Amino acid sequence: MELINQHTKKIMEKCKENAYDAGLRFDAETLEYIVTNRDLLELSPKYMIPTLYDYWVHDVEVLKEKGKYELYPSNPYETVINTRPAISFYNDNNPDWLNVMIFYHVLAHIDFFQNNRFYRHTWEYDFTGQALSDKRVIAKLRSEKGRWVDYVIEFTRGIDNIVGYYKELSSLDRPYKSYEEKMLDFYFDVFLQSTKKVKITEYVKEIERYNQCIKQVGRIGERSFFIEVNKKYPEFDAIFKKYVEKNTRNSYDLIQYLITHSDFLSKDENKWMQSIMQIVRKTSVFFQPQIRTKIMNEGWASYWHENLFLKDDRINGHEVDFARVNAQVTAMPRIGLNPYALGMHLFYHVKKLRDKGRYSTEFRQIRDAQTRKNYNTNTEKGDKFIFEVRENLNDFMFINTFVDQDFINKNKLFVADRRLNKTQTAWEYFVKSRKVEDYRQMLFNKLYHPPHIEVCTEKSKDDMLYLVHNFEGKALVNDYVKNTLMGIEYLWGGPVKLETSEFVVKTSQKQGYGFFSFYGMQSSKHETKKEEKKWQRVLYTMEKRRLSKKNIDG
Amino acid sequence: MNPKLLKLYLKLKKQGLNQDHEKKILFELNYNGTHDFCTIPSDGRYIKKDDKYCSDPDLYDYNDFTVFQKNVPLQIPYIFQIRSIDELLEKDAQREKDGFPRKIRVGRLVKPGKGGKEKIVVVPTTVEEKFIHDPSQSESDESDQASGSGDGEEGEVIGEEPVHAPDESSGEGPGEGKGAPHETESNAYDLGKILTEQFELPNLKDKGKKRSLTKYTYDMTDKHRGFGQVLDKKATLRKIVETNIGLGNITEIENVDLNSLIIAPRDKIYRILSKEKDYESQAIVFFLRDYSGSMSGNPTQLVVSQHVMIYSWLLYQYERQVESRFILHDTEAKEVPDFYTYYNSKVAGGTKVGSAYRLVNEIVEKENLIKDYNIYVFHGTDGDDWDTDGKETVKEIKKMIGYASRVGVTIAEHSSISKTSTVVERYLNRSRLLVDKPDYIRLDVLPSEANESRIIQGIKKLIS
Repeated sequence: MELINQHTKKIMEKCKENAYDAGLRFDAETLEYIVTNRDLLELSPKYMIPTLYDYWVHDVEVLKEKGKYELYPSNPYETVINTRPAISFYNDNNPDWLNVMIFYHVLAHIDFFQNNRFYRHTWEYDFTGQALSDKRVIAKLRSEKGRWVDYVIEFTRGIDNIVGYYKELSSLDRPYKSYEEKMLDFYFDVFLQSTKKVKITEYVKEIERYNQCIKQVGRIGERSFFIEVNKKYPEFDAIFKKYVEKNTRNSYDLIQYLITHSDFLSKDENKWMQSIMQIVRKTSVFFQPQIRTKIMNEGWASYWHENLFLKDDRINGHEVDFARVNAQVTAMPRIGLNPYALGMHLFYHVKKLRDKGRYSTEFRQIRDAQTRKNYNTNTEKGDKFIFEVRENLNDFMFINTFVDQDFINKNKLFVADRRLNKTQTAWEYFVKSRKVEDYRQMLFNKLYHPPHIEVCTEKSKDDMLYLVHNFEGKALVNDYVKNTLMGIEYLWGGPVKLETSEFVVKTSQKQGYGFFSFYGMQSSKHETKKEEKKWQRVLYTMEKRRLSKKNIDG
Repeated sequence: MNPKLLKLYLKLKKQGLNQDHEKKILFELNYNGTHDFCTIPSDGRYIKKDDKYCSDPDLYDYNDFTVFQKNVPLQIPYIFQIRSIDELLEKDAQREKDGFPRKIRVGRLVKPGKGGKEKIVVVPTTVEEKFIHDPSQSESDESDQASGSGDGEEGEVIGEEPVHAPDESSGEGPGEGKGAPHETESNAYDLGKILTEQFELPNLKDKGKKRSLTKYTYDMTDKHRGFGQVLDKKATLRKIVETNIGLGNITEIENVDLNSLIIAPRDKIYRILSKEKDYESQAIVFFLRDYSGSMSGNPTQLVVSQHVMIYSWLLYQYERQVESRFILHDTEAKEVPDFYTYYNSKVAGGTKVGSAYRLVNEIVEKENLIKDYNIYVFHGTDGDDWDTDGKETVKEIKKMIGYASRVGVTIAEHSSISKTSTVVERYLNRSRLLVDKPDYIRLDVLPSEANESRIIQGIKKLIS
């Protein structure tokens, strides 16, 4: 890996100026590296982070096809990584004009990383630096503990897709609340209303009493208020403490819960495992926003490389070259989902919506096609608006908010499906629907979505850990349940239960093995099989590395 | 329904069948499939039905490197990456000792190409298991749907694609061949290199002498003008005469003035050391695969895996000097031109093991292979045969043992089949061939849950 030469760096700096003038905001410092094939071989298993920790799975071919992105939610061939300064990678034989185009694309990515709020938790530190020190920690531990380090990495990685990324995000930028304030909120919002279910008059009386206390003695009034409360409800303190504890517990994801609550991990000789788990978790949380903003991020970058390069005089003489590459990148495929194309067209659509004042309730209420077509309030606020969109939305919100029927019609989009044709020799692809609801749903189905699995503290007793899969209409991959649970059992140091749902299909086929049955075969070929499908709630138990399963109700 | 099969069945039925056996035969008879290829689509986008066969770029498959810089993700040359399979397997065995299940699988990515260009990626693989959603387990079939753009009314068919992927109506394939189209494969050589175990063909006899399998000898046979190790006097003299005739120094043949002859440096002919192939025995290997309906699923996987390994190892060890022939059989046997076809044909139809052996015998006889070749036969089956007493099969095998250097039979068991031995196993045992001629015929029974190291063990058993 070496840095790009001065000539190319100059090109980059010019691009930065233009991008900055257009409104993109990013740190002035960036690093650009030339990578060879050999570099790519080493980088791609580490998601292009040169300093990521070593792990033996990186050395073998990983079967990626099945549920590839559910398992590995980050792109192995990302060109630009979200570090400080941002690092991007290039071939050494790119012509200058192509570099200009890619630089604009990369700069828009950097702008996205540094402004989109779903990356909020990555803003304050440089991940490569962090990763380097983590890598050293792991290397040191490996020299002491040998293969057990890799087991811990493996078992933690088994659950690193269900990290509490959103919890992490929501805890950021919260106004600080003191213990007293929390107690006050709890007393009035929860305790009086839900626990005691007091009457309104009584409630109002309490508020008045509180105000009175503050008025009389100022700050310490609060304390005297709660002295009264404790007299009246002696159990209040205990209930509040329980509530606080429960809430902090609930804000833990599984890895954190194991780190803080596992007896096994808190033993002196096992404490080192906790730091490895922290590292794996941190790495996973860092990568979480990438896959949740794929369409937006690529769309945003494509929108800007197109706009900025077309205005750049360095395109002169390369208009056709640009058109070719750009068309390949941003064309909507006949069948298939291209995030560059979809995202870019959506951004253009959003800009137009706002420019014409159509992002409004008033417009949405218009039913008349002609009026809709001509509707234009000339707000011309679209340019500013797309910046707000890139700051505040992720893929789901982006699609949910802006994919509308007009967008579908304009880009001639449809949901495609396939079926066997009558001769059964070919698949027929057909236009299934052009309705926005169907299209949106299809998009949602394609989006990354890890299962929602949490620790249920109520049902966990003694040394048993009880996990609940909050069912969302999709079952877990059965084959993986056993080993994943085994890993959790190891880290937990006791039996682990997992409550989940499974799809049970009962097929009752009429055809048997009798002699005459095959005469009837031809005619009965199209006879519909009777299938009974239903969801069954099941409970897996992993104890002493043995897995058992039983059906439960509910 | 194949009327021929039906006839055969009725005939067998007349001769009397036990219940179990009849059930199996009926299963194959009713097996609704054909011997299509389960090909790997070479390019093009299509909607995925089954993740395994998908080459449609997913939403998350797009990345800047590929779309802008045309930097195709590379296949990692595994020989640089890993020390050896042994080392990994050792690590894996250590896992087992530590009380965790094994994680490494060997040789599961196989992708033969057409026309002799075998592309086999035999590599250690693994998967990181996590809790993830399984789209195949859901109430709707919406996971099939894709985005499209362009013209077309709702309901209008916009394109067709031949059925590749296995589905309910067609046969099942060995189906480990998969991977994104941009994947470049290493060839069969890689396996040979990483398999530290060196196998050798047993009972190699002196035959044919057409080309070498293994050895080179070094001999002073090459001639070189001007310099070298030993002066070839006769050749040099001849050259000198030649030159001098050209110069006009020799006019009368009877009366040559030797002193007037000019000796040019280039006229000196030397002998130099040269690498010569030691012409050695030749070998031909027949691969036989049962592709009847009962082979669907695991047995086919196992047999194909094992044959891929044997095949790749032969390619490596004998540097493509061993000829291979491929034969598929159900009730009838046929020879297929390349490993690709052999590997990819789907299962269907009934089973008559004898047919395959007969075909080998016919080929050997017709092409007079016995004279020039050491002949090896590897047969993979699930051990089921409509011909229960194996009269025909045993007859053909006996004939085969007469000339073959080794016949290796692999029986991949169905997990469903009870603990009793399979039909083929039974009649082979009864024939006492395995006991009488252990040098020429070997049998290996693979349990259905066999892993790769077990398969490699099996190869050792078959050819040691």
